[in-house]
Amino acid sequence: MIRVVLPAHLRTLARVDGEVKLHVEGPVTQRSVLDALEARYPTLRGTIRDHVTKERRPFVRFFACEQDLSHEPPDAPLPEAVATGAEPFQVVGAMAGG
Amino acid sequence: MSSIRVLVGTRKGAFILTSDGKRERWDVSGPHFGGWEIYHLKGSPGDPNRLYASQTSGWFGQIIQRSSDGGKTWEVPGGEKVPEPYDPPAGVSNKFVYDISPETGKLLTTHQWYDGTQRPWEFKRVWHLEPSLTDPDTVYAGVEDAALFRSTNGGQTWQELPGLRGHGSGPSWQPGAGGMCLHTIILDPADPNRIFIAISSAGAFRTDDSGKTWRPINRGLHSLYIPDPTAEVGHCVHRIAMHPSRPSVLFMQKHWDVMRSDDAGESWQEVSGNLPTDFGFPIDVHAHEPDTIYVIPIKSDSEHYPPDGKLRVYRSRTGGNEWEALTNGLPQRHCYVNVLRDAMALDTLDPCGVYFGTTGGQVYVSADAGDGWAPIVRDLPAVLSVEVQTLP
Repeated sequence: MIRVVLPAHLRTLARVDGEVKLHVEGPVTQRSVLDALEARYPTLRGTIRDHVTKERRPFVRFFACEQDLSHEPPDAPLPEAVATGAEPFQVVGAMAGG
Repeated sequence: MSSIRVLVGTRKGAFILTSDGKRERWDVSGPHFGGWEIYHLKGSPGDPNRLYASQTSGWFGQIIQRSSDGGKTWEVPGGEKVPEPYDPPAGVSNKFVYDISPETGKLLTTHQWYDGTQRPWEFKRVWHLEPSLTDPDTVYAGVEDAALFRSTNGGQTWQELPGLRGHGSGPSWQPGAGGMCLHTIILDPADPNRIFIAISSAGAFRTDDSGKTWRPINRGLHSLYIPDPTAEVGHCVHRIAMHPSRPSVLFMQKHWDVMRSDDAGESWQEVSGNLPTDFGFPIDVHAHEPDTIYVIPIKSDSEHYPPDGKLRVYRSRTGGNEWEALTNGLPQRHCYVNVLRDAMALDTLDPCGVYFGTTGGQVYVSADAGDGWAPIVRDLPAVLSVEVQTLP
């Protein structure tokens, strides 16, 4: 089971509290986790990555295991600790004022 | 007795203000969607409890929200529903994809950027939502980068009307300081095939065939900030208003100049008259007097606050040229707020109510057509839009 931590605004939008737990088929990658997340919570489509290009939105970051994975290829395997559920995959709104 | 519902979009959420017809005591609901920019929300004339809201974020992009109970509860259209076979796919209510099909879109891929180069169209947000005059499930969206979209299923899916960008001048459009936004959509109540729109900073456009083909309607506009001051496109139109009983008469607040057209935009004449400055953003028309119009003069294009620190609405009862300052109840010293283009609206009671919101977070009401004013709320986040519903 993959654990995903969403920023507060996206938890409100998806109407979830706390972490989201997802079952992911096959290799655990950014793409497969986000595909599973969007399939379970369609309101999140377009909020984390572009509808068409599937590229990460500029002010969204991906963290896990104290690493910034935002610039990793979307099909690269996520850390083993994420794949086993020991650590969450974190979707983070980049810091900005206002 | 009639009641009033004021829909307020702000930098950090939406607020709904309600009152009876006296418009003296108000209930305030909100923030809805706290923390998100609500560029605009508007109710359907066909079903006043059907509301649409444009919820945006620099982080998470565009969301469309819909209410079927006057704003008590909200839903993302199609977002919560497991689709049945042949249903539109879920979770696409925020999917605004430009038409680049070979038939209509092959020339629609770039517009002019600030440095003169061509740049691809890139969706940023919905500035304005305009529900159909009759069908609660049909709604138009004016977006940045400038284009017009339409949904016919209550906001679940959106299709561009590509004839606007494709009519020929699209590659020469370029953004103003606020971005290249389509901010004004006026549906002609007398002719369902006619729509007026305005774009900053391309100008005003009209279709007479339900959006298939468009043409610029900017003759008579004069803009010193473009190489050819009378060019067919390139004018920074801030807002257009129409009275439903007289749809061929349009009023415009341009970057500078207040303008009037008596022939559905075929030609424009300046009616700035004795205004202290003819820069500003909103313009609107009295509900029962088609020649009574309102503007809120702003000092200049770089000084976005009222002249002399005095917040004054100006009213013309002659369709322009002759203006009177309305100040009773408005701050007349040390006031340096702005009033944005979608932040003024009128109800249809008698006497007609006038409403506007400021970047300082105040929403003001006049229950007597502008003679006297009072704040409904004083300390909201910066107000982006104000719409009013007159409910039976």
